Amino acid sequence: MILKCAGLTVRFGGLVALDRLDLVLAQGEILGLIGPNGSGKTTFFNALTGLYRAAGSAAFMEHELTAMKPQRIYGAGITRTFQRSRLALPLSVFDNIMIGNHRLLHHGLWFNLFRRNALRAELQANIEKARALVATFSKPLVERLFDPVAGLSMIDRRRIEICRALVSEPRLLLLDEPSAGMTHEETRELMDDILLVRERLAGLSIVIIEHEMNVIERVSSRCAVLNYGRKIAEGSYAEVSASREVQTAYLGTD
Amino acid sequence: MNLIPGLIGIAAIAAYSYLFLHAESQGAVLGLVALAAVGVPILGRFGWIGQASRSLENNQAAGRVVIAVALAALVWLFREENFAMLMVASVLFYTVACLGLTVQFGYAGVVNFAGAAFLGVGGYTSAMLAPHLPHVLVLAIGGLLAALVGSILILPILRTRGHYAALITVAFGILFRQFVEVNDALGGPQGLQVKGMSLFGWDLNSPIGEFSFYTNYVVAGLALTALAFILVRRLERSWVGLNLDAVRLDETACAVFGIDVARWKILAFTFGNFFAGVAGAAYAMMTGFVAPNSFTFADSLIMVSIILLGGLGNAWGVALAAAIMLVLPEKLQALQEYRFLLYAVLVIVILMARPQGLIPRRSREYFS
Repeated sequence: MILKCAGLTVRFGGLVALDRLDLVLAQGEILGLIGPNGSGKTTFFNALTGLYRAAGSAAFMEHELTAMKPQRIYGAGITRTFQRSRLALPLSVFDNIMIGNHRLLHHGLWFNLFRRNALRAELQANIEKARALVATFSKPLVERLFDPVAGLSMIDRRRIEICRALVSEPRLLLLDEPSAGMTHEETRELMDDILLVRERLAGLSIVIIEHEMNVIERVSSRCAVLNYGRKIAEGSYAEVSASREVQTAYLGTD
Repeated sequence: MNLIPGLIGIAAIAAYSYLFLHAESQGAVLGLVALAAVGVPILGRFGWIGQASRSLENNQAAGRVVIAVALAALVWLFREENFAMLMVASVLFYTVACLGLTVQFGYAGVVNFAGAAFLGVGGYTSAMLAPHLPHVLVLAIGGLLAALVGSILILPILRTRGHYAALITVAFGILFRQFVEVNDALGGPQGLQVKGMSLFGWDLNSPIGEFSFYTNYVVAGLALTALAFILVRRLERSWVGLNLDAVRLDETACAVFGIDVARWKILAFTFGNFFAGVAGAAYAMMTGFVAPNSFTFADSLIMVSIILLGGLGNAWGVALAAAIMLVLPEKLQALQEYRFLLYAVLVIVILMARPQGLIPRRSREYFS
């Protein structure tokens, strides 16, 4: 068990955005998180990554996430992507990926200003690392490693965001609607690439928020459905999609 | 590769600087301003400016030598002229201070509208300590005190963002000026005299032969600017520079990837104020006195204008813009109060034509 949430609750004033969520995730598992707009999926990610204060408990390995700052949660091995891309647009592809690699770089002022040879060696090693990672997703993108992200297409930006989340070799990856703004074909390709990287990172667990049901069906081994901040169903894709309550949540009642 | 275009570029800039510093009559000055206003866009249209700068980038070592030779030639030509050398030295010290502001605003996004106050901390440090301590130490203490005084502002700056953080620095700048004005130990409104600089037994205020004594300060200013340049460029092309950029661009993404926003804002702010303090200490020793009126909000605004005009985050742009912002109003003396009008219009026109500044910053290349 890598993640165990018990009674996880997020409140904004009178609004309960996440209501006593109980959820467990095994190591290496891919969990699909679905539900209508505003059902609390992204709130759940924000609570796990420390951006929102949450009540209840979210145990990640030996850490209690609700008591940690976002910076320390990253250090413990959780990374994420954002629904609306949050890349640093004026910076290069490499720079953006290195933001995700923060944990593994040396940040001392003396080291960076005066130990230039050591810095150069660290830089070279990381350029190779970024190259290899980007090559998994797109060969042509490797050639543009030092171009600003602002000039790249939507799918390339999405790829870079996923590289940024993967480069520090996390234990848990949170993907917030990776298919948003992409075609079916592009989404399929992207998912294949993510699965490829996952094979190399032994034991990486993934929680994926997605509206594309065929993506969920294909990649996740288990699904949880949220509605109004509460979990209304959990199980295999076939099970939850057959659930009456889930159908009501998505389609309404007659 | 081909060094010729770069060589021609540097020679052209040097020749222009020579003519500009030399120009006495208003007609000549205005003519040169018009020449640049028309000539630079035309050269840009033909792609010659790009060619020259690429040629220098491809021959960095040779390029540095060429720039050093051009600077030495300029200093040599004006070695006996007080006014020109005073101008050049002022540009150099302001460049150092504005490089500090570049680290704060250009990299970390911490805007500082109290630049002149931090110059002032350095200046007053010189006034108080120059008679007692070796001047290298005085420069360092000036920088450290500026950084220390800046730490008063760290907490309010970390708790606010954008315009609100800017407002705090505005308030601090005004506060500093009032403080020195009413403080009798610091000379009150009349200010204090400052001893001339003397480095390792070399008294900069005694001229060598027929040279202007300001030539000494130009040499010292060049050394200081070169040092500041190297430090800022190294900072930019390192993981620290990347962290500062990340903090400026997206604090939420920073938090999620372990980047400690507060730590890097504090570092940038302290680093920048240190530069301003050192520059202020050196500048005060050159001018020989400090007074509250030299450190007004308007002076802070000029510093912010320099980094915006040069191209936010570009070290070369800072030097170029400092030259324009400081030399131009002095050269337009004969227009009297209208000079500021003309000068302001010119700055607005430049920024309309080049909203990213004269030399926009390029993406980071680390070692190249």
